[in-house]
Amino acid sequence: MTPFTYERATSPEAAIRAVAGTPGAKFIAGGTNLLDLMKFQIERPTHLVDVRGLPLATIEDTPDGGLRIGALVTNTALAAHPRVKRDYGVVSRAIVAGATGQLRNKASVGGNLLQRNRCPYFYNVHTPCNKRVPGSGCSAIGGASRSLAVVGTSEACIAQNPGDMAVALMVLDAAVETMNAAGNTRSIPLAEFFRLPGETPEIEFALEPGELITAVTLPPPPAGTHHYHKVRDRASYAFAIVSVAAVLDEDGTGRVAFGSVAPRPWRVAEAEAALPEGPAAVVASAFDGAKPTHENAFKIPLAERTLALVIAEGKG
Amino acid sequence: MKFATPAGENPIDRLSVVGRPVPRIDGPRKVTGTARYAYERHDAVSNPAYGWIVGASIGRGRVVSIDTAAAQAAPGVLAVLSTLDFAPLAPGFRTTVHLFGGAQVQHYGQAIALVVADTFEEASAAAHLLTVEYEVAPGRYDLAAEAATAEPVADRDAPDYPVVDRIGDFEAAFAAAPVTVDQHYTTPDQTHAMMEPHATTAAWRDGKVTIWTSAQIVAWHRPDLAKWLGVTEGDVRLEAPFIGGGFGAKLIAQCDAPLAALGARAVGRPVKVTLQRPLVINNTTRRAGTHQHIRLGATRDGRLTAIGHVSLNGNLPGAFAEAAIAPTRLFYAAPNRYLTMKLAALDLAEGNDMRAPGEAPGLMALEIAMDELAEKLGMDPVALRIVNDTQVDPREPDRPFSERHFVECLRTGAERFGWDRRNPTPGAQSDGKWLIGMGMAGGFRLNLLLPSAARVRLEVDGGLTVETDMTDIGTGSYTILAQTAAEMMGVPLAAVTVRLGDSAYPVSAGSGGQFGANNATSGLYAACVKLREAVAARLGIDAADAEFRDGRVLSGDRSVALAEAVREGPLVAEDGITYGDLDEQFVQATFAAQFAEVAVDGFTGEMRVRRMLAVIDSGRVINPTTARSQVIGGMTMGVGAALMETLAVDVRHGTFITNDLGFYEVPVHGDIPHQEVVFLDYPDNKSSPMKAKGIGEIGLCGVAAAIANAVYNATGVRVRDYPITLDKHLAGLPRVA
Amino acid sequence: MLLPEWLLNRREFVAGAAASGALTTVPMVGPSPALAETAPTNAVRLDVNGEPHALTLDTRTTLLDTLREHLHLTGTKKGCDHGHCGACTVLVNGTRINACLSLAVMHDGDSVTTIEGLGTPDDMHEMQAAFVKHDGFQCGYCTPGQICSAVAVLAEVEQGVPSHVTGDLTAPMALSNIELRERMSGNICRCGAYSNIADAITEVAEARG
Repeated sequence: MTPFTYERATSPEAAIRAVAGTPGAKFIAGGTNLLDLMKFQIERPTHLVDVRGLPLATIEDTPDGGLRIGALVTNTALAAHPRVKRDYGVVSRAIVAGATGQLRNKASVGGNLLQRNRCPYFYNVHTPCNKRVPGSGCSAIGGASRSLAVVGTSEACIAQNPGDMAVALMVLDAAVETMNAAGNTRSIPLAEFFRLPGETPEIEFALEPGELITAVTLPPPPAGTHHYHKVRDRASYAFAIVSVAAVLDEDGTGRVAFGSVAPRPWRVAEAEAALPEGPAAVVASAFDGAKPTHENAFKIPLAERTLALVIAEGKG
Repeated sequence: MKFATPAGENPIDRLSVVGRPVPRIDGPRKVTGTARYAYERHDAVSNPAYGWIVGASIGRGRVVSIDTAAAQAAPGVLAVLSTLDFAPLAPGFRTTVHLFGGAQVQHYGQAIALVVADTFEEASAAAHLLTVEYEVAPGRYDLAAEAATAEPVADRDAPDYPVVDRIGDFEAAFAAAPVTVDQHYTTPDQTHAMMEPHATTAAWRDGKVTIWTSAQIVAWHRPDLAKWLGVTEGDVRLEAPFIGGGFGAKLIAQCDAPLAALGARAVGRPVKVTLQRPLVINNTTRRAGTHQHIRLGATRDGRLTAIGHVSLNGNLPGAFAEAAIAPTRLFYAAPNRYLTMKLAALDLAEGNDMRAPGEAPGLMALEIAMDELAEKLGMDPVALRIVNDTQVDPREPDRPFSERHFVECLRTGAERFGWDRRNPTPGAQSDGKWLIGMGMAGGFRLNLLLPSAARVRLEVDGGLTVETDMTDIGTGSYTILAQTAAEMMGVPLAAVTVRLGDSAYPVSAGSGGQFGANNATSGLYAACVKLREAVAARLGIDAADAEFRDGRVLSGDRSVALAEAVREGPLVAEDGITYGDLDEQFVQATFAAQFAEVAVDGFTGEMRVRRMLAVIDSGRVINPTTARSQVIGGMTMGVGAALMETLAVDVRHGTFITNDLGFYEVPVHGDIPHQEVVFLDYPDNKSSPMKAKGIGEIGLCGVAAAIANAVYNATGVRVRDYPITLDKHLAGLPRVA
Repeated sequence: MLLPEWLLNRREFVAGAAASGALTTVPMVGPSPALAETAPTNAVRLDVNGEPHALTLDTRTTLLDTLREHLHLTGTKKGCDHGHCGACTVLVNGTRINACLSLAVMHDGDSVTTIEGLGTPDDMHEMQAAFVKHDGFQCGYCTPGQICSAVAVLAEVEQGVPSHVTGDLTAPMALSNIELRERMSGNICRCGAYSNIADAITEVAEARG
């Protein structure tokens, strides 16, 4: 790690001022991804602003029947929350499918949304990577790419978003509440929060410099059964090869998003509308224009089969 | 003591302590975190500086320059050792790699610099400030691409076999066989992934160096370290009382040991160094991947008439071939045989020993081929193996096995596992969404005899102290040595203190090749025989008919307390075991029958192991508890080999890109069901006075193939390319909605 | 030896392999921040196994290295330093975390329990004793993390924290074999003692009722 100074923020405003006003400053909450990257010097903050003391760790019902989840709620606390277990099962299921008990105890909801990718070339500081060093090239194209994205990619980057929780939040139409340096708050639909790589894969999120995630909001729970199925080689403690988050209604309609197949949780409205026609139609639409490599082309039929499983489970 | 004729009855046969499932005597230290490993010697070394190793970031070529100025100026930095400032360290025992020194880069990750600083954080930060100029040479990183250049090569560890080993007329027999299998199989590069990365603390004093390091075999480290450091062996003290796993990765010194000592000399202060986890994979050794071509010819009643096994792999120029054909030499009868290995040059981190080298990858292929043959014959896979059992070396029919109870392993296993419930038709068994399959395979691994010595002291308080440079890498050495001494001297286990892993102690076989337990306990047996003689002499008793029991020495009508012998001072005896030619007269080997039941998700193709059973024939079991742990550990590693483990090579950069425990997946708790182990009780009197044989590797042998065969039985899709990941059979699974 | 077709097909991505020639490298991590003369430090107060400690630490020091290198509590192990193995598992304010992925400065005022705080060789915690009885370890390097995790897992089940294999999320939790294995999956044991570890934890759980 490169040297950095450290402070504990006492209010969201102070935290944002500290980060916005200090070149190279970053927020830290759980730190499980940031510290991993700092050890490789892939992240090199000069100042860390610890936000864990801020009053952003509560889960509250909203007047419309939804839920407001503070950004500092740990993954464990969110998955174990009685209302989440009862009404937003897909969120609980997705969280506990990810990482380990130890990591979930530390990781925060806000930080989890900001976890970076798991491309092996991003992690190897001796190979070119456009995310790590813009303009240096993409080593994954033509390299080891079995785990990487098949759709939504660009010539500059084929890294996948490896998250689990975010896939579930995507099917629930979650929004990200933030506060910026001017003290203004805004709500960003999750669908707009994650950026596709295009020519600037280093820009991953729709956040301004110094903008702090304060909460994630969920609308009232949609009707239907909740499902999260994560496919991986070993039984646990592994990133997804493909995951499917879905809320399925009895009439065959519903919502569905795919994880670990794209640079962001992958939810396509037209594909979702095809749910009554079955998994093949959904996947054909969702993966229209996909550009898999020879190592990861299997993810598309795997996504179809995983969705078929989820639909079968939904019919119970 | 020379062991040249089969053992008769001896004090070990009493089995009052040996053979009992006593808990590990080092257990309380390990579970309370008070066992100290190589990087943790605050008790012995105060104020160490911290070293950080920098590995080459090219696959092959030369280091032209290393600009160390920025690193040297960084806070806390005490020294930067550049490879260009050192003559190449000559390749050590069993390796072709220069661990450090000189300009040549033989493989990605080879150590090119050591940064030493006051703190770990400072060393790590400064290591990123080096600017390295290379001259890149074209490298060979793709085994398939280099296959055409491969040459037949001898077996390093069995050089007496012909390079092309032919018996009878393989081609004619294979051509004439009514039922044949002719298939190619691949096994991937693998990494040991022991939980403790290589680590060393080194401290100099008056021209002598003490090196606390994570070494499986102390005596395989010390001569190389003395040579590299330009001192005598006597000037190098090596201590390795606790080792956080090895599996072959720590048989020989890796760069952490010489670099810690060189760094400590440079800064005039103790230095400790550990390999960062990504460096472990690209800097040290791997199990080399193989491409294997197996041809089996059989009569319609299942008798093998022809076995052809050709194994290709790649390694650094001058390094050895992974002996994947080794098990095929001795496992099954067949009059016509053609076995050979081919080796291509590859500029990747050196292929070297990993748990059951040769046998493990060889059986991954051979035992699928046997399953394929059974299916073609319409024969039960267990029955096929029974029909082809041999009690003699197929190459030298006058050379029998010392003990071989493979058929009993198979029969016992089939019965215990409920093999008769297996549906032989692939893809025909399901449980909800899960496709269910059962598979089995045979396991084979040689038993190796190596000299081993120990010292044992009877203290004035009646306690026994055992000293040997034997190591305990998790194998249970502390405990089984204590059991051996207690049995021999007739004292309770609690009276025995065992000290291990110190180069000041007599040289043992060390931990490797599943030879540690049998040889080290036999060396201690020899020392105890000598101590018994000394005790008897002091007491005026004839050692030949003395019995040592319950803290007393009994002879005829006499019964004397053992403590009487040390009234005037402790008695010390030192001896070792050496061997005659019983391993030439007899094939000495261990056997396993491995059974597995797997469930395959009919939708996603994911595989989960539901049940596992191993039936083991490995001579006398010295401690059923620690032996069982060795076997289940092997079975677990076999699950990894079957279903997930692979070092993915980036053939453009010459680097293993799955270079940490996130990208290189090994089994976790969730992957491993309850495992059952059955030991057959056949003490082997040709092996040693202990009548034991190896146990540390046989548990792995055959496991991956048993799982592969179970997956096939579940799905009907045969995958011959390890690891069997879901993408390799997905397209062949039944269609879903 | 002829290679099968599927294997030959793998060779297609050899194209584009690095050529030969001169190459100068530094880690590709973007512009370098100026290094300070000396690294910034912070004061940290920790309660470890019931003992208070007041330390002044380089801000970069992880909780793991604080325990191992500054407090000489080496029972907590470093297996990967990146959250991939679980050998560094400790309890912070009663909750298990990976000490390698946390900075000491983030724990000012926290209570940490390490393996040394659970028991000693002469007075083992029930979980430590069960690991010895069932031979739930071999080399011993992952063992302190396994035991800290196991202690925490029993508490997490009591607290109703779900796992990946939990059936009904809203029903009372129970510690079945598969639940136990899933919850312990963040602690890798390469020696492969899993089957015995499961027996050890089960015994402790059943003794507690």
